[in-house]
Amino acid sequence: MALLLWTVVYPNVAVIAGSFENGLGHWREFAASPADREALWTSLVISVASVFASLAIGVPLAFLLGRFEFPGRRLLRAVATLPAALPPLVGVIAFLFLYGESGLVTRVVQRALGMAEAPWRLKGVGAIVFVHAYTMYVYVFLFVSAGLERFDATLDEAASGLGANTWQRLRRVTLPLLMPAVAGSALLVFMNALGSFSAPYVFGGGLRVLSTQILASKINGAMGLAYVETTVLALSAVAGLVLFRWLDSKRKYTLASKGGRTRRTIRSRRIQILITVASAVIVVALVLPHLMVILVSFARDGAWTTQVLPPEYTFENYRRLFSESELWKPITNSVSMALIATAANLVVCFIAGYLIVLRKFGGRGLLELLVALPWAIPATAIALGLAATFNRNDLLTGRVLLVGTFWILPLAYFIRDIPLVASAVESSLRQMDASLEDAARGLGASWMMTMRRVILPAARPGLVAGGLLAAVTAVGEFVASVVLYTHSNRPISMEILAQLRALAFGTAAAYSVLLIFLVLLMTLAARSFEERLA
Amino acid sequence: MTAAPDGLARSESRDDKSRRGPLALNGVTRRFGEFTAVDNVSFEVGPGELLALVGASGSGKTTTLRMAAGYEIPDAGTVTLGGKDITKVAPERRGFGMVFQHYALFPHMPVEDNVAFGLEARGVSKAERLKKARASLANVGLEGAGSRAIQSLSGGEQQRVALARALVIEPRALLLDEPLSNLDPTLRHAMRDDLRAMLRRVGVPALFVTHDQEDAFAVADRIALLKMGKLLQVGTPEELYNAPVSREVAAFIGRGSIVPAIDKGNTATVTIGGVARDLNVTRAKGAPSHLETAYVVLRPDALELSRSAGVLAWRGRIANRRFAGGVIVYHVQLADGISVDVESQAGEAHEDDNVSISPLKGPFPLVPA
Repeated sequence: MALLLWTVVYPNVAVIAGSFENGLGHWREFAASPADREALWTSLVISVASVFASLAIGVPLAFLLGRFEFPGRRLLRAVATLPAALPPLVGVIAFLFLYGESGLVTRVVQRALGMAEAPWRLKGVGAIVFVHAYTMYVYVFLFVSAGLERFDATLDEAASGLGANTWQRLRRVTLPLLMPAVAGSALLVFMNALGSFSAPYVFGGGLRVLSTQILASKINGAMGLAYVETTVLALSAVAGLVLFRWLDSKRKYTLASKGGRTRRTIRSRRIQILITVASAVIVVALVLPHLMVILVSFARDGAWTTQVLPPEYTFENYRRLFSESELWKPITNSVSMALIATAANLVVCFIAGYLIVLRKFGGRGLLELLVALPWAIPATAIALGLAATFNRNDLLTGRVLLVGTFWILPLAYFIRDIPLVASAVESSLRQMDASLEDAARGLGASWMMTMRRVILPAARPGLVAGGLLAAVTAVGEFVASVVLYTHSNRPISMEILAQLRALAFGTAAAYSVLLIFLVLLMTLAARSFEERLA
Repeated sequence: MTAAPDGLARSESRDDKSRRGPLALNGVTRRFGEFTAVDNVSFEVGPGELLALVGASGSGKTTTLRMAAGYEIPDAGTVTLGGKDITKVAPERRGFGMVFQHYALFPHMPVEDNVAFGLEARGVSKAERLKKARASLANVGLEGAGSRAIQSLSGGEQQRVALARALVIEPRALLLDEPLSNLDPTLRHAMRDDLRAMLRRVGVPALFVTHDQEDAFAVADRIALLKMGKLLQVGTPEELYNAPVSREVAAFIGRGSIVPAIDKGNTATVTIGGVARDLNVTRAKGAPSHLETAYVVLRPDALELSRSAGVLAWRGRIANRRFAGGVIVYHVQLADGISVDVESQAGEAHEDDNVSISPLKGPFPLVPA
């Protein structure tokens, strides 16, 4: 608990304190700066727009896949969650290769229409929302699909028995009952979009959003202002959270029943063709970014300029990654930092989960809050908090010099992933019959034996799933890294960015493919581990 | 259980007396904030005796059981085993066998590892504990089920595994929380007899919680009836049925109507619709010999229904007729707002028929207000 207070709460306090270091001066500076006001406004606009765009894709897709049977349904279902497997920066790069000014799709459209210039520019709010919608609709899709699966089919039948037509049933029964799923996923998208860094950073152009503004202030040495911006960003996130919770608290029912439902086969030949074509287009759109990154990873650096597709292909990019120590370094950095952070997450979150679910004690509410807190705070804000706190050795105020060392990034990853791992462990432990612990003790087992033989096995699915998620996010982490990295501990994401700036698209793509490969490897390892134990 | 002496049992049993002694709760009280869940409850369970803690939900029976097991520490009162105070001994050091309501079988271990868990905790070697686990499983009629997964067991089988797990540690006392409530009705009736037979063989104090008085009647030697944390009466099923100490006990145990009566010593007079009848009565042990306000319990099997109009019978109309196996149960509305259930072998009377009701020989339980 003290550890959590120190690493989770203290940095935020330091940031807020820092924002007041010369009274209200920095706050006045913030209020007076048109750039900052624009950034706040743009951040909110992007977040809300991302929510609506994600809903517009996720909800219909969930209905289509959940309620109807048509050719190609399985394939579409399989690739529907694919965007979630892309590390944030990689998704952005893939979009650059596809829809950027010299991107594949852009060029194809330009040639087809015989235009002299690119038909669009991947810049500004539209571009950011476009990328957000692609990566974040998955939350909506997953939540609403789960909601539909739990939906009691007899409710719908009851409504139709009472004479309601399809549209009335949808509006009066189905949608209201799905609201919790919709609201929950909307909140998730909002929080993610607000804290999103990579898309605004790469596509923003002259556009300012809070998360990038924080980094700019920090680089310019205006720390006080950066603290204010961080506080405002964190407050916006918390305000969003509170608003959603309040809206959700007005709901007085839950979807409890498990209702199986058979999918309706679409009979009309015309609609069937239409849906099949549409789903084929969606599948291509979903898979294209992955394929493009793989394709570009074989492109010779510097050779792809005005052509539709890269003209020359080579294994050179990969050969260099594995042979040049400077290029290999980020890979070992990312993997080792991710493993360290994940190991710490597993230990701390197991203890926290155990205390929260199975022990009754005074500080339980506080502990629950502590492990959930990093979720509500955008990564940029977490990173800046760490920068503000662990910047010198000072035992009296509990500060340790970590900034500029290897350890600051594992610490940042650790904090970011606490809520993920803790909630996974908690849900596993909640599924355990609480009397198992009593039973073990009643049979004479010591505390250690109870932990080892009963509690740990019960928490294991959560530990494996949470640990996997933590490792996957940590290995591709970009947002906190960009604030805190140094040359010697630079992770893969920073190297991708550096290669991109040097226009070494092939190398950047090769890194991205490697990152996807690492994620895949970890997933398979976790799955085989789980299978062997289960 | 075959009594194979082994390192575990010997090291755990400090002396023979504590192993063979009675389990007693002496004035235990447990409060949760303002709420008193268990209020000054005392009873004793002798070795080989089966005592049922009976009460509605929220009556404090599970909390009482958990105090006996050591999961709850009483705010007042003591728990003793063979006269030795064990109030504050942790559950893992009590050496009790407990069967939980949902059995609390470890879902990630096969059946025999579940059963052997208590032996593992006592440091018994692997070969030895597996041998004992299998023997214990055989004892509950599950030979050869050792390697099965918990999820593949039926409810009745799970219950037996839980029992085998509690018995294999050669417990000093057995505690069972609603051991029958998760079984379907047919299985439940069969399990009652099995459970009683198995518990009697173990020869240690056995305490079990149930909300179902039929389970308690079928399995227990004695019943302790709890209501809102207070102990109402402890006694054999017959005592509780035939000589309840209060209206509350009479209302909870068995079916029957409780009607006002005038206490006349060996008899009591019950007047319904102007027809007065003197009934033989019994009183609870230690009850006062005269009650100012008295009630008689009219059980369905102590009344007789007749379609002819007798002069000395209470008159009424059949409100409901229900077939209950070998007998018909008539719900009859009498005068003065009183209604009674009457069991009858004959089924010729029907709803809305006018009938006469007369009391049989009795004796009828007499209870205070």
